[in-house]
Amino acid sequence: MNVQASQSDFILQVEHLSMKFGGLVAIGDLSFQARRGEITALIGPNGAGKTTVFNCITGFYKPTEGMITLNKRDGSTYLLERLPNHEIPARANVARTFQNIRLFSGMTLLENLLVAQHNKLMKASGYTFLGLFGFPSYRQASAESIELARHWLEKAGLVDRADDPAGDLPYGAQRRLEIARAMCTGPELLCLDEPAAGLNPRESAALNELLMDIKNSTSILLIEHDMSVVMQISDHVVVLEYGRKISDGSPQTVRTDPRVIAAYLGVDDEEVQEVLVEVGDEDVIEQLDTGPDSAHGPGNSASMLAGPVSDTVEHADEGERVTVSKGASKAAQVDARSASIASKPQPAAKPAAKSSTAKAAPKKPAAKADNASKGTEAAAKPASGKRGGDK
Amino acid sequence: MAATVSSERDDVVPPIQRALREGLYAGAIALGLFVLFIGLRTDQNISNELILVQRWLLLALVVVATAVGRFVYVGYAQPAMERAKAEKAKAPAVVAEPGFVRRNFNKIGIVVLLLYPIAMVLAFGFQGSLKWVDNFGIQILIYVMLAWGLNIVVGLAGLLDLGYVAFYAVGAYAYALLGTHFGLSFWILLPAAGCMAAFWGVMLGFPVLRLRGDYLAIVTLAFGEIIRLVIINWREVTNGSAGISGIPKVSFFGLMSFNVSDPNYIAKVLHIAQSGAYYKIFLYYLILALCFLTAFVTIRLRRLPVGRAWEALREDEIACRSLGINTTTTKLTAFATGAMFGGFAGSFFAARQGFVSPESFVFLESAIILAIVVLGGMGSLGGIAVAALVMIGGTEILRELGFLKVVFGPDFTPELYRMLLFGMAMVIVMLWKPRGFVGSREPTAFLKERRAVSGSFTKEGHG
Repeated sequence: MNVQASQSDFILQVEHLSMKFGGLVAIGDLSFQARRGEITALIGPNGAGKTTVFNCITGFYKPTEGMITLNKRDGSTYLLERLPNHEIPARANVARTFQNIRLFSGMTLLENLLVAQHNKLMKASGYTFLGLFGFPSYRQASAESIELARHWLEKAGLVDRADDPAGDLPYGAQRRLEIARAMCTGPELLCLDEPAAGLNPRESAALNELLMDIKNSTSILLIEHDMSVVMQISDHVVVLEYGRKISDGSPQTVRTDPRVIAAYLGVDDEEVQEVLVEVGDEDVIEQLDTGPDSAHGPGNSASMLAGPVSDTVEHADEGERVTVSKGASKAAQVDARSASIASKPQPAAKPAAKSSTAKAAPKKPAAKADNASKGTEAAAKPASGKRGGDK
Repeated sequence: MAATVSSERDDVVPPIQRALREGLYAGAIALGLFVLFIGLRTDQNISNELILVQRWLLLALVVVATAVGRFVYVGYAQPAMERAKAEKAKAPAVVAEPGFVRRNFNKIGIVVLLLYPIAMVLAFGFQGSLKWVDNFGIQILIYVMLAWGLNIVVGLAGLLDLGYVAFYAVGAYAYALLGTHFGLSFWILLPAAGCMAAFWGVMLGFPVLRLRGDYLAIVTLAFGEIIRLVIINWREVTNGSAGISGIPKVSFFGLMSFNVSDPNYIAKVLHIAQSGAYYKIFLYYLILALCFLTAFVTIRLRRLPVGRAWEALREDEIACRSLGINTTTTKLTAFATGAMFGGFAGSFFAARQGFVSPESFVFLESAIILAIVVLGGMGSLGGIAVAALVMIGGTEILRELGFLKVVFGPDFTPELYRMLLFGMAMVIVMLWKPRGFVGSREPTAFLKERRAVSGSFTKEGHG
């Protein structure tokens, strides 16, 4: 697929995004794209950095490195990492919801939706001055905004409770109201942070319906743990683990990806041991070294602000670097294991279970071979991502 | 104590026995507490020596009164209240239709306020009405206006401002200085003082925007003190703590004057008898108009996007940012608008007093204004007006309690107990209505019907 030619097909392009909190690398060199008119799901185990990605996209965090491009329908392009927080919804038309619902609980449902139309109404009210004297232009805009609010209340099935305080709603309805509120800002990209969390199956089905409806007009980026939601409604899935992308593609490809299965289900403990021993001694220790990597960047920078650059520099020849604790990334273990199996001097037909018992002593040549084979793995990964994108 | 005793213990111990025991405990505690406070008193004798006066009878009276009071409360009053409550719970719940007064509270309030000076003049004559119009009417209305102005910052935007009196001071000194030095009219200086106070509101707003909650409160408190200290120490301009006197009176829109010596003195123009009451009545209607202006603007602003953004900011600032609301400018407009009304009130205050000094702008004023807002119910104009009436009118009326001298003897000075009663009243109100007189919130828009939002859902804001 030609990325250059179809750039406007992607509403959101995240390139080499890194977010560091002190020494902790929450997101390391993440790149993915979201297509216009699709639902892109961002999944991963707890602590994988999904919400951090959201916070970077919506401007609540300024990313340490990387570029987030938003292509609007009218052809204008915004670099989200450069916009101030409140201008991202206002100018780039990106709306979001929150993992822990953030409604204006003391205001009615209708008021919640009217607050969401703040910028539009501010202009209509002549930045308060015309509105203060009751100019008809403001009255008309006000009536229109109430109509828009009613439209979204109907879509969310909440129109009967329009005059109740938002804090009085049951949990599932609050979720839907938060989505309706985000939609009232007139977004092109809607970022939903775990919209199905804590919903019962019926509420979850209602939510799916609402999202499929929204999808017709707005692209959606979704964080979700509920796999039934993800598999049913998303067109494209990006899987994160420890701030790195481990898989990217259609729900079907992601579901069968062994790295994703490992990340979610884990590999057996004895296999972890085995993998560690296999890759062990040299390689893992080197990978745990988070200091500047002189081969790939300004290692001896004089600037205090220059953090370790090794995490963001392409390591095409080495595979991914893991800065978390030994054996934490299950996906990396699967990588390592498959690599080591593939690179073994023994015939490939030999069953893996048998080879594991024979792995008492670490083999230096095998570890060296790991590097080479992991390099090819890493190179193969973006290709799989594009396959998903083509679908 | 008694309220937390579990029901099982009630079964074991007969109520009278329990009441007896609690009464004895209360007496013992009272004895321990008051033996030094009341039983002994230091005094000076005729040759200026320090002596110890023993007042055992008084102590015994207090202790016995406490013990008996506790006994009666636990043994009789409490069971009676429980029975009444149980009976009420048994009776079918009747939804009380709000009475005539409650339904038309605002209209009645406006009519009463408009007729108040006339009624006072009719009742007490021109000279007799002075006290009631000036000390009560004008004084209360100034605080109503200040509290309504602060309500925008604290009640709507949820920004805790402990230095509100600074803007009051800016408005007062703006009128006092420009009026005395340049002889500008009140009608020009009123908007100018408002603008100046709003400017200082923005000046304060900028540095404190990043702060929230307690930190914001501390910085605004400091700002209030800074303004006061600048006024005290910048003697060349403000005349220091001596204050500025001879501030010109407000004219009747330039047509008539209230100075007896002027050729267009109101009594000469209208050919009526001279009286100081005209000016007070005029000032009363002036501050009433300013109050109505404040209320009108507040009500209008609440229905405009900026007012909704203030309230949304109080509810959840992060959600506001996610909806594209510029929280910086929103907070600044809240500060500026609130400060502007403070400035209006300040310039009116200067015109009414004819004299300003830093003494009028101490922290206690800020605290009283904030107490009025909290007591009235944050965000509610009616509640705040009632709270101002209770707080300011209440403390003023305590000056009038001369008849208590008959009860407690000629040494008794009710003024000394003003603040004590005031504090007790506040504690009681806060126990009885923790969210103020009007805890609910009127929604600013509705689809089908306007229903008040219960206070339990609204948030106080985090600064």
